[in-house]
Amino acid sequence: MALPPPDPQFVLRGTSAAVHTLHFSCGGPEPDIPLLFSGSENGFIHVWNLKTHRVDTALDGHGRKSVYCVKTMDGKDRLLSQGHDQRICFWDLAEGRTSVTDSVFTEHVGFCRCSLLKVAQGRWLMAMAARSLEEVQILELPSKTSVCTLKPEVGAKLGMPMCLKLWQLSCGSQPVLLAGYEDGSVVLWNVSMREVLSQLICHQEPVMSLDFDSEKAKGISGSSEKVLSIWSLNEQQNLQVYKTHELVNAGISDITIRPDKKILATAGWDHRIRIFGWKKLKPLAVLDYHTATVHCVSFSDHSNPRERLLATGSKDQRISVWSIYAQT
Amino acid sequence: VFFIPGGLDCSISFVSHVLGKVCIHGRQKEILGVLVPRLTDLTKSDCIWQRICWRLVECVPDRWMEAVVLGFVQRAPGADVLSRLLGNLVVKNKKAQFVVTQKMLLLQYGHTTAVLQNLLGYLSLDSLRRTLLLRVLQELLETWSSSSAVKHSPAEQQLYISKAILICLSHLKEPEIESCRQELLTSMMEGVKCHLDSSLPQLRRLGMVVAESISLKINTEGPVLKFEYEEDDETRELKSLLVQTPPFCVVPDLPDDDRSEKAGPALPLAPESDEKPQAAAPVVPDEELDSELDSDDDLIPYDMSEDKELKVKAPVYIRDCIEVLTGSGSEDVDKWEATVKALESLVRRNPTATREVSVELAKILLHLEEKTCIEGFVELRQRAQVAVLTTDPIPVAKYLTSQFYSLNYSLRQRMDILDVLVLAAQELSCPKFHGKTKDSGAQKPSIQLLPGSDSSKDWRRIVDERIKSKTRRFNMGQSHVEPASRPNEFNSVAGHFFFPLIQHFDRPLTTFDLLGEDHLVLGRLVHTLAVLMYLAVNTVAVTAMGKALLEFVWALRFHTDSYVRQGLLSCISSLLLSVPAEQILADMTEELLETQSWLGDVMEKDPDGDCRRLALQNLLLMENLKKKLEAVPS
Repeated sequence: MALPPPDPQFVLRGTSAAVHTLHFSCGGPEPDIPLLFSGSENGFIHVWNLKTHRVDTALDGHGRKSVYCVKTMDGKDRLLSQGHDQRICFWDLAEGRTSVTDSVFTEHVGFCRCSLLKVAQGRWLMAMAARSLEEVQILELPSKTSVCTLKPEVGAKLGMPMCLKLWQLSCGSQPVLLAGYEDGSVVLWNVSMREVLSQLICHQEPVMSLDFDSEKAKGISGSSEKVLSIWSLNEQQNLQVYKTHELVNAGISDITIRPDKKILATAGWDHRIRIFGWKKLKPLAVLDYHTATVHCVSFSDHSNPRERLLATGSKDQRISVWSIYAQT
Repeated sequence: VFFIPGGLDCSISFVSHVLGKVCIHGRQKEILGVLVPRLTDLTKSDCIWQRICWRLVECVPDRWMEAVVLGFVQRAPGADVLSRLLGNLVVKNKKAQFVVTQKMLLLQYGHTTAVLQNLLGYLSLDSLRRTLLLRVLQELLETWSSSSAVKHSPAEQQLYISKAILICLSHLKEPEIESCRQELLTSMMEGVKCHLDSSLPQLRRLGMVVAESISLKINTEGPVLKFEYEEDDETRELKSLLVQTPPFCVVPDLPDDDRSEKAGPALPLAPESDEKPQAAAPVVPDEELDSELDSDDDLIPYDMSEDKELKVKAPVYIRDCIEVLTGSGSEDVDKWEATVKALESLVRRNPTATREVSVELAKILLHLEEKTCIEGFVELRQRAQVAVLTTDPIPVAKYLTSQFYSLNYSLRQRMDILDVLVLAAQELSCPKFHGKTKDSGAQKPSIQLLPGSDSSKDWRRIVDERIKSKTRRFNMGQSHVEPASRPNEFNSVAGHFFFPLIQHFDRPLTTFDLLGEDHLVLGRLVHTLAVLMYLAVNTVAVTAMGKALLEFVWALRFHTDSYVRQGLLSCISSLLLSVPAEQILADMTEELLETQSWLGDVMEKDPDGDCRRLALQNLLLMENLKKKLEAVPS
């Protein structure tokens, strides 16, 4: 007899706006408080204290325009946020400060979340959608110098980049970018050579979100249709479709693979969160708590595996936090 | 005087006279049945026999020429044979020219397609005769594009002329098309306009096919005219006429065998080579599966039985539906869709609530436009309207009939009103109806009226079956279970459906003129009245309806549109079937006698075949009626 799905461990209320992005920062040693950063449609970034379940700080840096991406850089004191005001802001949150130290004007009017890759101590590469329709720009941080611009060839008709993931096989090797586009294809770019290594049409509709497991060289993408597409990367750096999985209802906003690569979670337009096993995409659970589209899903980075959490943000303005499959 | 092998002189004109006389007496079949095959063989390669044959037909006296030429054209197995037999007769002989180019094409229309092919092919095979071909095409196009011809000539003749045009087009060569391109274009434009204006779908389709073909021929590069219509046997046959198959299609048999033998051994090789890569592919995934059996099993899935398709809830109350449908809430399109889908069943399950807001609902539904792309939106809306109308017939019928004659509605909306009235009337008058939308197993023939269907076809079928049911049968076969009886709900409302529709037909409005250009709507109105009359059998108002209908039909009986006339004749049928015989005798004798003479006229002289058939049926019905009345001992 299968057990009914668990209830959320707790629910965070108080954003008063749809939640578009979430990011945990719980890796620090004691007595650091585990934190959850959330970005909302009203332009605020809330810093949630996971012990008290209350907002510690609210950051207002995007002119009340929707914040759709938050990431930490090297711990909880440095934050990156991307908003619909066409800016990426860098925050200094150490010692109670709440100031924007720097910002990048992206001129991007879409909702493509940027992707960060740490290449060396204190240096990152950031991939973001640029002003021109089909282009992706790679910047080096913190210098903000443009490393390159990845432009598809003329007539490729890929549309806007919808989601990005920068990664490298091991520290020091070539950085590669996986980009999902509006026409449903996923493209693998060689960043230094600025060329396309492989292109695969995964969906008939725009790719909404993707995630990649660099150890197994396997990735997963979701779209506005009913199909989840799992693809793999072979030795010749070619993308191939590995498997597809059909969902009950159409529409996926976000997909995340847990850091231990055991399970993954999808955020659906049908208000449900689906958990799958990553090895064979075995459906494990359907978490039905939210009453509107789930926009984002994020796993925590707790060093103690038993404390690991899953947070999901939805249009119904609530963030639900779950403890699921934490024992394995 | 010619030479026959053997060195004898002879004159052929005697034979021609004999031939002519026999043909004119109607014995074409017998004599030409023998003569034509013989001559075909003889003239195949022998020039002398060809000239003999030509002389033979040329010497036929003018008064018998028509019969002979007609016979030859009908008998010849192909255009090339006809060419060999007749030679340039049409150029040399005026009578023959008249028969071939005018009489057989424009004045007669009973010949088969094969005969047409023969005739027109014959004209195309010689350069002297090709000028005639062009002239023929011009005249055919003139007829095809004349609006009076389209309106008044029978459908069969129009089909014949269309076929002739297409065959002519198939014979034309490029330089000839070039020379008459402008005329082709002009005729096509005029002709397509008249054809599309017609109320009969067959004529519209004919016009579309011919116009497309002309456009194809004159526009060798660039976009061609393309209409959307349903393909059926007739259109396919017409289109096939455009392409001329070569007369000689000899397939060499022997070389084929060799080729097929070589192909044989080639085939088995190919599948073999295909199989190998296929065998390789499944191996890899299998290995992967084996190695992963151990890993995922420690993750136990939860119960996912609740995970079903997301359904948007439709409102449960009628007033909520009204709010959703009229609301400015353009955001919640899912809810709007769900409401439209659920509306009919809600209306039927809550009759009291519906009655409170029936006219408002009817108004909303009449103006409801498709907001999102739902499958079957038109049918959903129509079913909801019918449900509203049957739940609260009198006020809603009053509203709908008044709107039919109001300003600023589209033709489509007016015809929707008519369809809804008919469907609701059918529902209300059907004895077995229990709220289901499909009357499955109804014993009376049901009238399935969906938007755009040609109800005149159903009419014939229904009237036929009614007539059949009135004939006495002595062997009943298996007995039917009697259906549960219910009071006829149509009884109290029949008049409300019928009379307002018939009232204002002669009053033109700025946007709607039934007696003028909107004759399509008039046709639909007449057919609707016929159905309502038919369904009003056994109601109290039926006699009054009958009288009003008879007057209406009398006023419109000479209408030029054949669809309207068919409708008028259906009205008479319904009347004769629905109004009890005694009432007809009591109230409508003189009118019926006048109608009878009109029907006789229609049966003989109306150009439309369907009208003639319906008139005949009506006369038969009247005969039956008379017999029935006479049989009853008074």
